[in-house]
Amino acid sequence: MAGYILRRLLQAIPVFIGTTFLIYFMVFALPGDPIIALFGDKTPNPAIVAQLRAQYHLDQPFIVQYLIYMGGIFRGDFGISFSGQPVTEILARTFPVTLRLAVIALLIETIAGILVGMIAGLRKGKIFDGTTLAVSLILISLPVFVIAFVAQFVFGVQLGWARTTVGTGAPTQDLILPAFVLASISFAQIVRLTRSSVIETSGLDFVRTAYSKGLGRRRIVPVHILRNSLIPVVTYLATDFGVLLVGATVTEGIFNVPGVGNTLYQAIIRGEGPTVVSFVTVMVLIYLLVNLAVDLLYGLLDPRIRYVK
Amino acid sequence: MSNDFTETPVAGSAASARSRGHFVAPLEETPLVAIDAVKVAEKRSNLWIDAWRDARRRPIFWISGALIFLVLLVAVFPGLFTSVAPNNDCQLSLSNGAATAGHPLGFTKQGCDVYSRIINGTSTSLTVGIIVILLTTVLGVVFGAFAGFYGGWLDSFLSRIGDIFFSIPYILAAVVIMSVLSEYRSVWTISLAIGIFAWPSTARVLRAEILSVKQSDYVMASEALGVSKLRILFRHVLPNSIAPVIAITTISLAAAIVAEATLSFLGVGLGSDIMSWGNEINQAQRDIRTHPQTLIYPSIALSVTVFAFILMGEVIREALDPKARALR
Repeated sequence: MAGYILRRLLQAIPVFIGTTFLIYFMVFALPGDPIIALFGDKTPNPAIVAQLRAQYHLDQPFIVQYLIYMGGIFRGDFGISFSGQPVTEILARTFPVTLRLAVIALLIETIAGILVGMIAGLRKGKIFDGTTLAVSLILISLPVFVIAFVAQFVFGVQLGWARTTVGTGAPTQDLILPAFVLASISFAQIVRLTRSSVIETSGLDFVRTAYSKGLGRRRIVPVHILRNSLIPVVTYLATDFGVLLVGATVTEGIFNVPGVGNTLYQAIIRGEGPTVVSFVTVMVLIYLLVNLAVDLLYGLLDPRIRYVK
Repeated sequence: MSNDFTETPVAGSAASARSRGHFVAPLEETPLVAIDAVKVAEKRSNLWIDAWRDARRRPIFWISGALIFLVLLVAVFPGLFTSVAPNNDCQLSLSNGAATAGHPLGFTKQGCDVYSRIINGTSTSLTVGIIVILLTTVLGVVFGAFAGFYGGWLDSFLSRIGDIFFSIPYILAAVVIMSVLSEYRSVWTISLAIGIFAWPSTARVLRAEILSVKQSDYVMASEALGVSKLRILFRHVLPNSIAPVIAITTISLAAAIVAEATLSFLGVGLGSDIMSWGNEINQAQRDIRTHPQTLIYPSIALSVTVFAFILMGEVIREALDPKARALR
C-alpha cells in the first residue's frame, strides 16, 4: 500500500505542474491582452498599463512569470482579486458555504440514488426499473441551469416552499433547494451505476451459494449483494464530491449562494479576468487533491488496483 | 434437462440406462462433413450487423432517431419552419407579449418572436456540437490509439498529457479561454475552447479497448506474418476497438451542446449577435418571475435536443456492447 501511495503521489506531480502551466499559458500567451481587457471598452492610460504590467510581472519572459506565480502558490499566495482582497481571504469566507452545500447535496444523492438504484436492479425489467431508467435519462439530459430555473420557479415562486435566493450567512434551510438541484444530476448517474452493479453482483456464484444454503433475501440483499456492489458507487461519489466542490458555479450563481462558485460566477459576469484565473486555479487544485484522495481510497477498497503495475 | 446430470450414469446396458431416462445419442450420427460444412444461406454476422439488428428492434432507437432527424432538418432548413425573421421584426411594444396568431410562443423582452429565435438558434447548437466531436474524436483517437498500442514510455507520456487536460473541468477551462478570447467570440472559438479539454475521455476509452484488443490472436498472427506495426494498428486493431468511441462520441455531442449553452448562459459564450439557445436563456432569466415563457421554451428546445442525442448514445452503446445488452 505504501508503494501504491508513493507511486500515485509521484504521478500527481507532473499533472499538477502541467495543469497550472496550462491555465497560466491560456491566460497570458493566447491572443488578447489581459491588461487591456481589464479596462473593458475604455482606452487606458499608458502609464497605468505599464504599472499594471510590472505589477503582474507581464514585462518579464513567460517562463519567469510562470515561476513567480508558482512560487506564490507554494507560499499560499493565490493573488489578489479585482476588488483588492487576497484570494485566500475570499476563499476562507466562501469555501465553508460551498462545503456545506456539497455535503448536503452528497447526502441527498447518496441516500436516494443507492436506494432507487438498488430497487431497480433487484426488479430488473419491471415497471419500477423501466420508469427509473427513463427518469434518469431525462435528468441527465437537462442542463443544470434549466433544472435550477424550474426548481426556482416551481418551489420558490409558485409553491413558496423555499426562498429563491439564499439569504445572508447562508442558513442551512436555504441551501436545501440548491442542494437538491445539484444532487439531481448525480442522482441519475448513481441510480444507473448502482443498478448495473447490483444486477452484475446478483448473478455471481457467491450469491447463488448464499441462496442455496438457505439464507433469506433480507440477509442476502444488504450483506452479499449491496455491499459488494458499492465499490464503483463509492468511487463515483468521491469523485463527485470533487465535482460538487468546483462545479457548482452555475447553481450557486442562480441561487445566489455566497460560495466559491458564486464568486467565480460574479467574476465571470463582470469580466474580471485575473480573479477568474485565480479561482479556476484554486478549483483545479481542489479537484486534483480530491481525485488523488479518491484513487487512494479506491486502492484501499479494491486490492486489485494496488497491484497493477 | 435436470435428468442429464442429477443422476450418476451407471455402467451397464443401454437399455437399463434408457429406462432411467438418461440422454442417449441417436444411433444415426450426423456426419462430420455436414457439421463442418459452411452454411452459405446463413445470415452474415459481425459486430455492426448484430448491433443494427439489436437497435432496430428498440422503440427508443426510432424515437431518438426521429428527434435527431427533426433537429437536423430544422438546423439545415430553418426557413421550412418559420418565415418570421428572428431579429428584424422585433417591436418593443410587444415586449414579453403573449402568443398571438403567427407567433405561437409569444415574444421576448425585446419584442422578438420566441419561436423564430428558437428555430434559428438550432444550427448554432448543432454546429458547435459537430465541430467539438470532430475535434475530440481526432485528438482522442490519435492519443488513445498510440498510447494503447505502443505502450511503454510513449503510453506514459501521452497518458500524462491526457491526465493534465482531464484534470481541468472543461467548463472551467472553456470559461478561462473564452474570457481571454472575448474579442474573438465565434462558433469556432467556442468549439475549440470546449473540444481542447473534452478529448481525454475519448482517448481513455479507446486506450483501454486497444489494450485488450492487441492481445488477440489475429494481431499476433499479423506480427508473425511480418506486417508493419503501423499497418496492424490501422488495419486490424483500430477497426476492432472503435465501437466504444462511437457510443461515447454521440454522448459527447450532447455534452458539447450543453457546454455551449452553459457558456453562453454565463455570458462568456457566443456574442449576442449570434442566435443561440444559451443566449436566449441568459436574456430571459431576469424576467423569470413575471414571464417564465421566454425562459421555458428555449430550455425545452435545448433539453429535447440533448435528450435525443443521449438516448441515441445509449442505444448505440447497448447495441455495440453485448455485456450492456445483458443488463437490460
